[in-house]
Amino acid sequence: MIGRIHSSESFGTVDGPGIRYVLFMQGCPMRCLYCHNPDTWSLQGGREVSVDEVLAEYKKNQAFYKNGGITVTGGEPLLQIDFLIELFKKAKNMDIHTCIDTSGVTFDPHDAEHMKSIDELLSYTDLVMLDIKHVDAEKHKELTGRDNGNILAFARHLETRGVPVWIRHVVVAGYTDDTDYLHKLGAFIATLSNVKALDVLPYHNMGESKYREMGIKYRLEGTPSLSNSKAAEARRTILEGMRTAKK
Amino acid sequence: MNYEGWRGFESGTWVKEINVRSFIKHNFTPYDGDDSFLVGPTKATEELWNQVLELSRQEREAGGVLDMDTKVISTITSHAPGYLNKEKEKIVGLQTDKPLKRALMPYGGIRMAEKACADNGYTIDPDIKEFFTKYRKTHNAGVFDAYTPEMRACRSSHIITGLPDAYGRGRIIGDYRRVALYGVDRLIEDKMEQKETTRSTMYTEIIRDREELSEQIRALGELKEMAASYGFDISRPAIDTKEAIQWLYFGYLAAAKEQNGAAMSLGRTSTFIDIYAERDLKEGRYTEEELQEMVDHFIMKLRLIKFARTPEYNALFSGDPQWVTESIAGVAVDGRHMVTKMSYRYLHTLQNLGAAPEPNLTVLWSTRLPENFKRFCAKISIETSSVQYENDDLMRFHHGDDYAIACCVSSMVVGKEMQFFGARANLAKCLLYAINGGIDEVSGKQVGPSYRPITSEYLDYDEVMQKYDDMMQWLAGVYVNTLNIIHYMHDKYCYEKIQMALHDRHVTRWFATGIAGLSVVADSLSAIKYAKVKVIRNEAGVAVDYKVEGDFPKYGNDDDRVDTIAYDIVHRFMGHIRKNHTYRESIPTTSILTITSNVVYGKNTGATPDGRKKGEAFAPGANPMHRRDTHGAVASLASVAKLPFRDAQDGISNTFSIIPGALGKDDQVFVGDIDVCLDCGNGACGTPTLFEGLDDNAKE
Repeated sequence: MIGRIHSSESFGTVDGPGIRYVLFMQGCPMRCLYCHNPDTWSLQGGREVSVDEVLAEYKKNQAFYKNGGITVTGGEPLLQIDFLIELFKKAKNMDIHTCIDTSGVTFDPHDAEHMKSIDELLSYTDLVMLDIKHVDAEKHKELTGRDNGNILAFARHLETRGVPVWIRHVVVAGYTDDTDYLHKLGAFIATLSNVKALDVLPYHNMGESKYREMGIKYRLEGTPSLSNSKAAEARRTILEGMRTAKK
Repeated sequence: MNYEGWRGFESGTWVKEINVRSFIKHNFTPYDGDDSFLVGPTKATEELWNQVLELSRQEREAGGVLDMDTKVISTITSHAPGYLNKEKEKIVGLQTDKPLKRALMPYGGIRMAEKACADNGYTIDPDIKEFFTKYRKTHNAGVFDAYTPEMRACRSSHIITGLPDAYGRGRIIGDYRRVALYGVDRLIEDKMEQKETTRSTMYTEIIRDREELSEQIRALGELKEMAASYGFDISRPAIDTKEAIQWLYFGYLAAAKEQNGAAMSLGRTSTFIDIYAERDLKEGRYTEEELQEMVDHFIMKLRLIKFARTPEYNALFSGDPQWVTESIAGVAVDGRHMVTKMSYRYLHTLQNLGAAPEPNLTVLWSTRLPENFKRFCAKISIETSSVQYENDDLMRFHHGDDYAIACCVSSMVVGKEMQFFGARANLAKCLLYAINGGIDEVSGKQVGPSYRPITSEYLDYDEVMQKYDDMMQWLAGVYVNTLNIIHYMHDKYCYEKIQMALHDRHVTRWFATGIAGLSVVADSLSAIKYAKVKVIRNEAGVAVDYKVEGDFPKYGNDDDRVDTIAYDIVHRFMGHIRKNHTYRESIPTTSILTITSNVVYGKNTGATPDGRKKGEAFAPGANPMHRRDTHGAVASLASVAKLPFRDAQDGISNTFSIIPGALGKDDQVFVGDIDVCLDCGNGACGTPTLFEGLDDNAKE
């Protein structure tokens, strides 16, 4: 099975537990305003690799990944679900911890074929990092160009299947930082019993230069990077929302 | 034997012979607990340390040197006792009579000693200069009497650089623990017996042995005398922790008074000292506060060790390093880890006194070290960036469990092995000599043998490799023979009496060579093989620049196509080194460890076929070239890890910096609190590793 990747990182420490081999898959249907990897958008770019090549690469340095594993991110990795299924199936045979970092945007509960694939993939998946960009449908569309209905449905589906989930959320000043909204997000997360961690990421503008190089307009121009302390504050606000909802 | 100092110790071979390892093996207590027993600095420690900080500030303001001796030649007994504050110091002893006053050590070379003074604004006493020019020969003078014109040419063209021919070679670690465990009288007795039992036919070697043993015995006598001037009788074994540290430190101090070596390492002392500390705690003789205070004061003394050096020397080593390396932890060959409470106390000085590059605290890392200690090391590293780590699992296989690191990576069994330090051969320049038929690309002079140069427009891999191999063989020959002269003369004119007095009779000598520019060579050969490299020659026909057309695999990306080239170069060069006779039956090794001098080596080397420009710095040690490793840290480390350790047994170094954020997330920020919200109480729902960072709030 051949997949299309943007690149790989042999020392991933921020995309799942432990030191991980991280595969950045090529292609993404979302156009998030703050995306810092616009070079992963196109379905055409990147290079092709086979499942066996990826696993061979992993195996060579597996001593480093003792407490880690493989993470597929992107791009939107679920666009290449068949590749992921084979990769994870073989990885689980080798006892490798598997993790998907996804926006969940491709999820479609009404497509039986797709659901079959999703469930097969989830049966080989140890952890899903679900990036909820925004809980408000309208705002989500504004921020990413896509609807969030299926994303929230995916979150619920993961709960039904009992797949451990880390929720990721990027805080951008003026977009995702107001208290009411963060409470609302917390209230949603509170309905999920499978969430193991909440990873709140401060927006940074380091991706801007890539846009310049690629000749694409950067729509968040002038939006300042968020400080770590602001992100921690936002995280507390989300937790507050979770607590209130629980009561 | 029935010394008071040995009360309660389990006996073993160490009682019958000088054998510190046996003592440690029978008596140390591995510690599996955490760092909660540690205590902060005492008031006296803080006051003394503030005094040191103030002196260091004055030293910086004075341009790097506070005071220098220009008249008194440093020996073990040359100076009256010196103190920071006699009332407050638990461990005493300074190199000269004042803190940070640098000693005068002319035996390595009078010109270097004179220049070190002059460059810092001091003038050496004219009588001393005359004496060491006319009447007493130095190591440096001896070396230059014997050098061949070819050796001199290699030296000035920098294809061999950093040779210890005008300064102390260092890299010898005396077993300073012997002073504490046995007392000096027993050590003298042992050396006398060695002298009485040499063979009686006076071959050159036997004469030399007898002369050296006499020197060693004399040095031990001086050591006793020096300690006595501080009010201590170290002829007998130390009776408690305070004495053990003090005795051991006097041994080290004597070495630092006698030798201005390129690396003056301490050894592996923490677990040894811990045996005394454990006994003292049991006896109620000292409290944890008192023990930590002694360690803090000891480390403070080591931080004060300084030598007189020239700006050129400092440029070569990027600063003013002493390499007071102390090796901590590791695993014993019987399977027990060797972490003790004292390992913690040593590292804890970085918290009590603040971060510092010296002494160079080095953890001998093993996957089998206890988890608590690993965590503590990580914590100290994050807080202070001052801990060095080395692979014990790799080195234990060759050196057992009582070796220590000299300088940055050179491993040697304490008291049983020593090293002849040998600087480095510039393999990148050697490649350019292969292309140019021995003509130096910077000076245009014929330095190497005038083999046929490469004349084609584009470089051909097989042709280059063949010529490179020939040139490496030549270089290895000149290099080893240059070092033979250096070490012969160093033994003759600048012998390390006290350090060798703290060694066994039969010492294994490592003949250390070194390689600079490995990643430049690997990438250059890869470019020649996998891309096209066009040669640009000057009007004299000397290749002075290269144009790379196309891309090529670069060392540092876990790519076997180029990583095997790097492996092959190390293996071949070491093979050529081994073909040569080495001084005093020493065993040749090599290292790939230019941690600091890579800038200077690069400066003196022309453009290389990998696209590196003339004068551009090499990567340090075995590092990939800057910015050429593009697949993340593991891939970069994996390339380095493929290098053959058995061909580079003196060490392979990889300098690695990473921003804290790239090492992972703060657990607390990440998973803290979340289980509260999910009503699952104690986090039992999650994978345990994720919840390790939970704080007390989370457990409400």
